[in-house]
Amino acid sequence: MKLSSGAIRLVIPAVSLAVLLAAVFYMQPRAMSYTGLNLLFNLAVPIALATIAQMLIMSVNDLDLSMGTFVSFTACVTATFLQTSPAIGILILAGAIAAYAALGVIIHIRQLPSIVVTLGMSFVWGGLAVLLLPSPGGAAPGWVRWIMTAKPPVVPMAIVASVIIAAITHFLVMRSSLGVLIRGVGGNQRSVERAGWSVVGLRAAAYAMAGFFAVLAGIALVGLTTSADANIALRYTLLSIAGVILGGGEFVGGRVSPIGAVIGALTLTLAGSFLSFMRISPDWQIGAQGAILIVVLALRLFLNRLEKREKNP
Amino acid sequence: MNESVPKPEVAAARGVKVAFGAVKALDGADLIIRQSECVGLVGHNGAGKSTIVNVINGGLSPHEGTISYGGVEAQGISTARAHGIRCVFQELSLCPNLTVAENARVMHSDLKGSGWRRRGLELVTQKLDDIFPGHAIDCESVVEDLSIAERQMVEIAISFAAVAEAPKLVILDEPTSSLDAGLAAQLMAYVRRFVGSGGSVLLISHILGEILSTSDRIVVMKDGKVVADRPASEFDTRRLVEAMGSVVRHQGWERAAKAHSGQPVLSVQLHPRSSHRLQAFGGEIVGLAGLGGHGQTEALLEIYLSANGNWWPTKEPKMAFVAGDRALNGAFPLWSILKNLSISSLKGLSKRKLIDPVREQEVSERWKKRIEIRTPDMHNPILSLSGGNQQKVLFARALATTSKIVLMDDPMRGVDIGTKQEVYEILRSEASAGRTFIWYSTEMDEIRLCDRVYVFRDGAIADELVGADITEANVLAASFAGGAAA
Repeated sequence: MKLSSGAIRLVIPAVSLAVLLAAVFYMQPRAMSYTGLNLLFNLAVPIALATIAQMLIMSVNDLDLSMGTFVSFTACVTATFLQTSPAIGILILAGAIAAYAALGVIIHIRQLPSIVVTLGMSFVWGGLAVLLLPSPGGAAPGWVRWIMTAKPPVVPMAIVASVIIAAITHFLVMRSSLGVLIRGVGGNQRSVERAGWSVVGLRAAAYAMAGFFAVLAGIALVGLTTSADANIALRYTLLSIAGVILGGGEFVGGRVSPIGAVIGALTLTLAGSFLSFMRISPDWQIGAQGAILIVVLALRLFLNRLEKREKNP
Repeated sequence: MNESVPKPEVAAARGVKVAFGAVKALDGADLIIRQSECVGLVGHNGAGKSTIVNVINGGLSPHEGTISYGGVEAQGISTARAHGIRCVFQELSLCPNLTVAENARVMHSDLKGSGWRRRGLELVTQKLDDIFPGHAIDCESVVEDLSIAERQMVEIAISFAAVAEAPKLVILDEPTSSLDAGLAAQLMAYVRRFVGSGGSVLLISHILGEILSTSDRIVVMKDGKVVADRPASEFDTRRLVEAMGSVVRHQGWERAAKAHSGQPVLSVQLHPRSSHRLQAFGGEIVGLAGLGGHGQTEALLEIYLSANGNWWPTKEPKMAFVAGDRALNGAFPLWSILKNLSISSLKGLSKRKLIDPVREQEVSERWKKRIEIRTPDMHNPILSLSGGNQQKVLFARALATTSKIVLMDDPMRGVDIGTKQEVYEILRSEASAGRTFIWYSTEMDEIRLCDRVYVFRDGAIADELVGADITEANVLAASFAGGAAA
């Protein structure tokens, strides 16, 4: 049977995750346990949510450079308002999601480059986060803590959460009408427009959904760390982009895969642990993570070329 | 056709005027499509075919004139779709990243509710079987995995498919451009069946055989106006070509027939199907003609890359290129006029790898005078100039180099007539000084200025015209294939 291009796109992230996992188990057999897996993948849950958020933005051919500061901001809201007065906290987070939708509208109507707008917004979110929590502190709301530290039987929470995130977003982005239309905007905006759809509405929806998942990422992060800090998630901007690309997504053309994005986030988290197991000093880890990324992308480029050659001999 | 009782109108555009800047795309055109008829629409480049299609499908609101659907005046894409107007565009307009069923969902907003995926799939598969019996398209695949012809077939099938309401008018803009003769015949047969069952079709094609055999009525456009609107039976290929040509005979240049001695400076075999090699002798202006998008730009790029390579810059570039789309690949929008002009000849203006500002200034002043760039200061940003003057700067960029061959990719699009005349004058003097120009133009007046013309059709050279043979009639006859697709 011939594989579709979508399936080929998913094979590489799955294989790279499996290879990395095998390497970790080989070096540290004790990781092959309930607690071990939970520790390995715990921090992947917020990253996976942020990656999904970034993927939604990328599915309409945009890029969000404020992901890291936005997740930090929502983490600060979670550790302060959502814990002390939940009603106000929910209101603030809903306002943040509305702000994301408004950004989508502005970017579309004024034809602005999303990179510039979100880069500017990253300073706004960062500033708001510092205003909320000038020094690290706050506390996780009890229910968040309970969810993130739950111990389901047999499979650890981190894995269960990843599977649930992947399943829900797959349905939302790949199966639902709204997801189809959003990806259609990424694939061929003009034809969506000509079919009579409101592209500005679709872009706003994509941004709002991205804001929603980024909020979830902030909440999940606080659930794990129990307190927050204005700079807690700065790395998420690049991690989320790398996760989407690693998971088979592309910068343009509406080619995204939610399952791939979650796998990409898991792979990136695992890459960090893998490098620690190899006793590579943290100074080199970012570079080594980049090297892993380049290897995986080179592999994909190679497969793409192979596929193309098959098509036009 | 029953002449005494006119059938009800499906869509009508009356007295429509549309202008893009100084260019009048439509100048009071009327196009009325009635129920159960197939209207053929033909015309050369810039005649206004695509513009009137965009007006009828609601994508473009006219500056003057009225649009009505089923006798009711209305505007807008969604209104047009609600009145059953569907359009298959010349450039493929599916989303390549979605599956066939998902594309049907994008195109048909009434395909909704649970199970739309399955219903969409059935719908498209059924239509495909109906229009192209015996096709082998896997409708569950993603569009980018399909070949170009298959994508075109899917798009046609989606447009003809009826979800809640059947389409009333389907506009087909060059639908057979990527289909082979067999598939094109299947499509034309389906168009007849669709028309027979009460639908209407507006058919645009450069294959006149298709138009003549399929249409009930043929509308010929020229310069934004409808110049002929008669039953198809009153036309044949020759009369159609004549109708597309201009009524008034323009006076071409006085051309002294040059005798070519020696070797051509350029001689390439462009396409395996080309009937002629593309040849150019020193001091000639060679025109590339034909309908837009039939391989002329690709030919220019191929010639350019074959001489210059696209990896390392060569020391002495043999050819210079004048881009057609200024905004996309011509001007550096943030740079000054001077920098935009000198970029191609920086090597000659440098001493020890550093640019000599005095010489750069000299060269730019010389060209400013020579081609009359209207600016007080060459250090002003390029965007401060009008479109025509920006284009002059791009010309000067190419002419300031030492290249003996200059390639031009329809550079005069949207330039006012005064500037055009000035540039033609410079071209003539440069050519007599020994430069060779290869000029792709979509305008007949410019093609008539050339010493030798190659007419392109479907990516290959269809005909070569030299000297006195370069007439509008000959170019038109070669651009439009007479019979079925070759």
